[in-house]
Amino acid sequence: MLILPILPNVPLWVDNPSMHLPDGFLSLPISLFCWLVTIALLIVAIQRTKIELGERQVPLMGIMAALIFAAQMINFPVAGGTSGHLLGGVLASVVLGPWAGMVVMATVIGVQGLLFQDGGLLVMGANILNMGLLSSLVGYGLYRTVLGQSRAVQIAVIGGAAWLSVMTGALATALQLWLSGTSPLTIVIPAMLGIHAFIGIGEAFITVAAITFIRQTRPDLLETGATTAQGGRGWMVGGLAVTALVLILSPWASADPDGLERVAEDWHFLARGISAPYQIFPDYTLPFLGETAFSTVMAGTVGAIVVAIVVMLMARLLQKLTKAPTVFNP
Amino acid sequence: MHPTLLDRYQLKNSSIHRLDPRLKVVVTIFFIISNVSLPDGAWGAFLLAWGVILSVSFMALLGISYTAKRAMIVLPFTLTAVTIIFTMPGNSLLTLPFGSYELTDAGLMRFVSIIIRSWLSLQMAILLTATTSFVDLMHALRCLYVPQTIIEIVSFMYRYLFVLTDETTRLLRARESRMAALPDRKGGGSLMWRARVAGHMVGQLFLRSYERADRVYNAMLARGYNSQLSHPVACPFMRSQDWTSGAVAVAILFLLQIVGRF
Repeated sequence: MLILPILPNVPLWVDNPSMHLPDGFLSLPISLFCWLVTIALLIVAIQRTKIELGERQVPLMGIMAALIFAAQMINFPVAGGTSGHLLGGVLASVVLGPWAGMVVMATVIGVQGLLFQDGGLLVMGANILNMGLLSSLVGYGLYRTVLGQSRAVQIAVIGGAAWLSVMTGALATALQLWLSGTSPLTIVIPAMLGIHAFIGIGEAFITVAAITFIRQTRPDLLETGATTAQGGRGWMVGGLAVTALVLILSPWASADPDGLERVAEDWHFLARGISAPYQIFPDYTLPFLGETAFSTVMAGTVGAIVVAIVVMLMARLLQKLTKAPTVFNP
Repeated sequence: MHPTLLDRYQLKNSSIHRLDPRLKVVVTIFFIISNVSLPDGAWGAFLLAWGVILSVSFMALLGISYTAKRAMIVLPFTLTAVTIIFTMPGNSLLTLPFGSYELTDAGLMRFVSIIIRSWLSLQMAILLTATTSFVDLMHALRCLYVPQTIIEIVSFMYRYLFVLTDETTRLLRARESRMAALPDRKGGGSLMWRARVAGHMVGQLFLRSYERADRVYNAMLARGYNSQLSHPVACPFMRSQDWTSGAVAVAILFLLQIVGRF
């Protein structure tokens, strides 16, 4: 990196390399499929923000994208030389609204790939999808479900959504790597989810603190960002659906990767690089929905309950914390 | 922070720099697609592709090792693919002393191929940004029918990128000086406290940028902005040397695929 020697205390986003996929790690069909999904969503997002913001769209989206890019430089030391920093998808979607958040995040990831080679060009669609679009959907969708609730619940849900957005991106990246035949499923999912469970904590802390600060200083911003978005129910359903998918898919894929591989095989999803060896399995023709389906759903449910308990505990804790006035001297 | 520190464009006057930016964008994308679709272990094609990259960077007066060195940032990412060595079925080369892991020839070949493909694709992308200025790149994308709004937002972001990274650097410097650390004692408080300070900095930056966006918009209005950021500039015709270079690129891509597959 060019500016590292000049600014030794400013680690760039490169300290989280496992999310910005470079070219060559995804197969051509997977890359193109992700581009298609990304383009479709972005077209809608651009149109919606144009309707919402009018001619303010270009300056506001442009400067907010530059902001997220710059805010990713702000880090805090965690332990052992590692540092936490922001990805920003949930922050952008909660304050600016979901469509605007998508536009902003896509711009950030696009410029990182195009100008700084942080993430490839052919896989840019996948990168935008994993880190920008899904995180906006999860972040805003979960936030929208608790819009009328108390402040502490909202903050706790935002924190949970920030953590979950990182996990969603990691899971999507892991699945794409596996479907491309780059990494074996049994290793890539636990590894990606394990690492990002920690990275997500940093994301959650920073997002919560940033939104608390914005709410204290400019409460009007949060109100406009939340209310201008059309189709609140759709966002809620989308956000909850992705959340449920992550919570069910992660434990299943970790506990029973063979089941997932069979599904992918049945749907002719798997890249030819790794599909051939699995034809020797005699149980290929067996229906995958056996006892595993029940245990899968149970695992997902348990996961959801655990997350709910954690969120409630965080809400309780935050309620205590927010009673004390926080003083901030910039 | 001076923009040249951040910008990867290398100001030179070479035949590659003078090529039509549209051509460079399209050739880069197709080069990457060609790379990704080469089969595992197509060493001849990989070598040829690298030779092409080296000769282009030589022609672009960048020096031989310019792209190869910068493309090393792909290395940390290879960790995600390293396990394929042990899980892909094939002839066993080596059995690890712990567990039942076997290093297979097919797995090793796939791993090395993935890394080479990625490294080559990255070098081509580096070549594109090193020889094409941002304005040219945006104009090329506009002429390639990328929607005008996206181009304008990205251009706007680029313009304020340096302003806001400067602002962030100042915030970080202020934090450094507040959190004075002694040799035997770390500066700053608990983990929660550090995370909150970082979060407040992000919030602060957010508000400053949001209000800056308002001011910028008002200034634009005062100068007569009517949702037309720039007058559409006509896309130039491709010159004969562009057509020739394009034909050479197509021939090379075909050659790469033939060498790689047969």
